Amino acid sequence: MNAKTADKIATAVIIAVAAFIVLLLIGLLGYILVRGLGHISFDFLTSAPETIRAGGGIGPQLFNSLFLLVLTMLITIPLGLGAGIYMSEYAPVNRVTAFIRLVVEVLSSFPSIVVGLFGLLIFVNLFEFGFSLFSGALALTVFNLPLMVRITEQGLRSVPQAQKEASLALGLTKWKTITSVMLPIAIPVILTGTILAAGRVFGEAAALLFTAGMSSPRLDFSDWNPLHDVSPLNPFRPAETLAVHIWKINSEGLAPDAPEIAAGASAVLILTVLLFNLVARWLGRYMYRKFTAIK
Amino acid sequence: MNSIIEIKDLNLYYGEFQALRNISLEIPEKAITAFIGPSGCGKSTLLRTLNRMNDMIPGTRVEGTVSIAGRSIYSNDVDVETLRKRVGMVFQQANPFPKSIYDNVAYGPRLHGITDRKRLDEIVEKSLRSAVLWHEVKDHLKRSALSMSGGQQQRLCIARALAVEPDILLMDESTSALDPISTLKIEELVQELKNRYTIVMVTHNMHQAARVSQQTVFFLGGEVVEYSETKQLFSNPTDKRTEDYISGRFG
Repeated sequence: MNAKTADKIATAVIIAVAAFIVLLLIGLLGYILVRGLGHISFDFLTSAPETIRAGGGIGPQLFNSLFLLVLTMLITIPLGLGAGIYMSEYAPVNRVTAFIRLVVEVLSSFPSIVVGLFGLLIFVNLFEFGFSLFSGALALTVFNLPLMVRITEQGLRSVPQAQKEASLALGLTKWKTITSVMLPIAIPVILTGTILAAGRVFGEAAALLFTAGMSSPRLDFSDWNPLHDVSPLNPFRPAETLAVHIWKINSEGLAPDAPEIAAGASAVLILTVLLFNLVARWLGRYMYRKFTAIK
Repeated sequence: MNSIIEIKDLNLYYGEFQALRNISLEIPEKAITAFIGPSGCGKSTLLRTLNRMNDMIPGTRVEGTVSIAGRSIYSNDVDVETLRKRVGMVFQQANPFPKSIYDNVAYGPRLHGITDRKRLDEIVEKSLRSAVLWHEVKDHLKRSALSMSGGQQQRLCIARALAVEPDILLMDESTSALDPISTLKIEELVQELKNRYTIVMVTHNMHQAARVSQQTVFFLGGEVVEYSETKQLFSNPTDKRTEDYISGRFG
């Protein structure tokens, strides 16, 4: 076989593999959307679920998912940014930091159900936060932090050394160089990564089963005082998220239309994650152009 | 001529490797001094000790003294940021920030605490004029610095360095990535600047050193082989190795 034939065969195989992956993705997405889209309506998105009757919605679950996401990000972003900046700019190259890096890697490949059990033992029981949004947010932080650290580190490392040197050579301190030259250049990368991480959080179920809980108390959507028990904003109430809800009605749903609700909720979940990805791309490009003044 | 930089018995090590050996030099004020020599001879390393950019490289150790305007810059009470404000640097590759032309020049003064818009405008204009760039860019200061040509970018970097009002300007092979016309422009610019600044330039290009500088230092293997007036060094070198290098027998 001569080199040209080999080249052609290799090209064909690679194209075939790529096509297979794309088809798989389209098939999966198509299946979920075709089954679920028909069930999505304004009523479905806003009304409360029903236990035994048909016609329940996913309103509280959708809200819980979004609220939990915000809570998680409020904890994750400052911690992740701080640790990422430290790892990329301040950490000396030695065994301790190599060990930290290893721990971060291991943590990021932890099975989420294990993170959930850890959350149950530590946040729910030991710290007595109970089954609550807050426990859930902490568990998701454990789950998400390694990713956030890595994203920040990668973002900062992608800044050309020459830019950093230029700023230092002007007599700027390291911190000012980081905040005024490096972070602006790195922000598109960090932001895109953060939103992708958010998408992952949004679809997470296993880590939440034992932390945020599987039930949602009766919520009063007219009471926005975070200290009230029935307020949707109370972070210390149990909260079933969309992904957990899908799992629950699929495994133990009693309502006659449970399969349709699961399908509809899955479609909503997928669409939301898809939306996150698109927004991440758009925002990343927008920020890049804005910071670099490229029209 | 008064000397502004005094280097005495300087030894510099990168870990085990000794990059500079027993260097003693006096560099005169408001003149151009060129460092020449083959790759790896230590000329860039010495340049980077003058604004302590070598500090960033882990494992660097410096022995001996380097004084600027009579103050030892490696003593403990020296503030590196203040030093670097006084000793500006232009790098081999033009490295403008991915910001607008205006923001590139205003970056230093702004972060050193100047917030008055009018004052910043003045500094930007003055610096761009000094770098002979003002007329080319004055109508589109908001444009990205990355949209400029390589030669313009390098002059922008010079303007950016001048904006923090240094006394000394270090140029690390600053024309080696440029075409001959852009190179010539920067050489002319440097001639202008020498009346107000002390300039130390590292160059690969011996003709450039001969054209531009008043003093030339020839380095080899981390040592100073010869240091004299440029005319003298190129027309009548005292060391055999200098003669071999400038006549193109090696390097």
